[in-house]
Amino acid sequence: MTQQDLTAIVRQALARVAPETAKADIPANAPLREECDLDSMDFLNFVIGLHEATGVEIPEPDYPKVASIAGAVAYLSERATRLRI
Amino acid sequence: MSDFRMPSLGADMEAGTLIKWLKQPGDTVKRGDIVAEVDTDKGAIEIEVFEDGVLDAIVVEPGEKVPVGRTLARIRSAGGPAAEPGGTPAPAPATPPAAAEAVSPAAAPSIPRVTEATPAVTGAVAAPMPRPSARVAASPAARRRAGELGVDLQLLKGSGPGGAITLADVEGAPTGAPAPAVAPDRRQTMRRAIAAAMAKSKREIPHAYVTTTIDMSRTMDWLRAENQRRSIEDRLLPAALLLKAVASAVSDVPDVNGFWTEEQLQPSAPVHIGTAIVLRGGGLIAPALHDVDQRDLSAVMRGLSDLVARARAGALRGSELTDATITVTNLGDLGVEGVLGIIYPPQVAIVGFGRIVDRPWVIEGRIEARPVLSASLSFDHRAVDGHRAGLFLAAVDRRLQSPETL
Repeated sequence: MTQQDLTAIVRQALARVAPETAKADIPANAPLREECDLDSMDFLNFVIGLHEATGVEIPEPDYPKVASIAGAVAYLSERATRLRI
Repeated sequence: MSDFRMPSLGADMEAGTLIKWLKQPGDTVKRGDIVAEVDTDKGAIEIEVFEDGVLDAIVVEPGEKVPVGRTLARIRSAGGPAAEPGGTPAPAPATPPAAAEAVSPAAAPSIPRVTEATPAVTGAVAAPMPRPSARVAASPAARRRAGELGVDLQLLKGSGPGGAITLADVEGAPTGAPAPAVAPDRRQTMRRAIAAAMAKSKREIPHAYVTTTIDMSRTMDWLRAENQRRSIEDRLLPAALLLKAVASAVSDVPDVNGFWTEEQLQPSAPVHIGTAIVLRGGGLIAPALHDVDQRDLSAVMRGLSDLVARARAGALRGSELTDATITVTNLGDLGVEGVLGIIYPPQVAIVGFGRIVDRPWVIEGRIEARPVLSASLSFDHRAVDGHRAGLFLAAVDRRLQSPETL
């Protein structure tokens, strides 16, 4: 998967929990919980969305690593390579 | 033969607009079946029947706005005689007070029950459903799908009764436009409804408060280990443990679970927790998560996840808006350390939780950093004494110290 593919996956997972972000310009490094007003349930569903789209396991201690668009893309990119996705 | 009436979906509701019937005359209905969708200040709500029988005759057509208590349809027992063709419904009984008074919480805890609903307002007329310029009427399924597809309901023309937007309208619409979860006019009416309920509560209920700080070390350690062995989809949030601890603590202090009606406390055997949910785009709603004391933690988590999703998609059921016996508000996600809530009448208590935060904590003379949680109970002092309120928070604390038993 390319970085572009992964960015699209992250944006899509985000839009599923916060539809108003679909067209929003969200800085890549902005903390999503604050930037998009995500609560714990939203964030959990965001993580589930990433997992469903890529198959990558995201243990709870790694949540901070996927807390921004850039962070999530980097995290998925590294794991996806291991998984040969 | 009995009347199926416009239910009161909260102390602040005066009227609702029938969006559509999901059952037709002659259809068999069972207690709990969703038979219609109604548009209210809180959004489009699916309403259920509370008895078994046959839908005999429809009295109110889609698009009509009618006051709480007005007969919407007639239900006969299975095997009973059908209504005569063309028979007119009995007039709604007259009552002098405004609908808000007719459904006041003090009237009875029966407001959840459609068939026990209070009388309608004399002279109330069936008004056509407002057009989308005033507010967006849409079925719950359409709202849910619009959220998924990013379709702006305000841009659609509804093909349903009274111009309501249907699922087909949404699925046929161009996608990509971000959909506001709550339209501006909806926000305004919801704000007014919240204002009315909160002002009524503060005006009529003598609030008192107790607070405590709970050491969450054991709880969070257990949760961390538990989530490690669960799949992502089955992981638990602290909120699920808090809800279960509250429901379980009710068995120690049942006074906090029930209603203040007819100048006395009416305890409730079921524990239905009103869960305050912030809607994206503004507004707040506290639908009931039913029978939390009877569910295991996984079921509480699934129920909470489903409730939040449906609340934000505008797909709640009538019973979820009326059945709560105690409410929990959890503002921990917002970073606040504590909250003292306002009781939602006719309930007698609301539990408030802040965020779980590391603080210095004294253990056997030593100071350690521990995750702690601020918990509060706002209670109706007519129904509950301070001593009992304190016992309740202590019971919540005890439950959280043994998370494996929740």
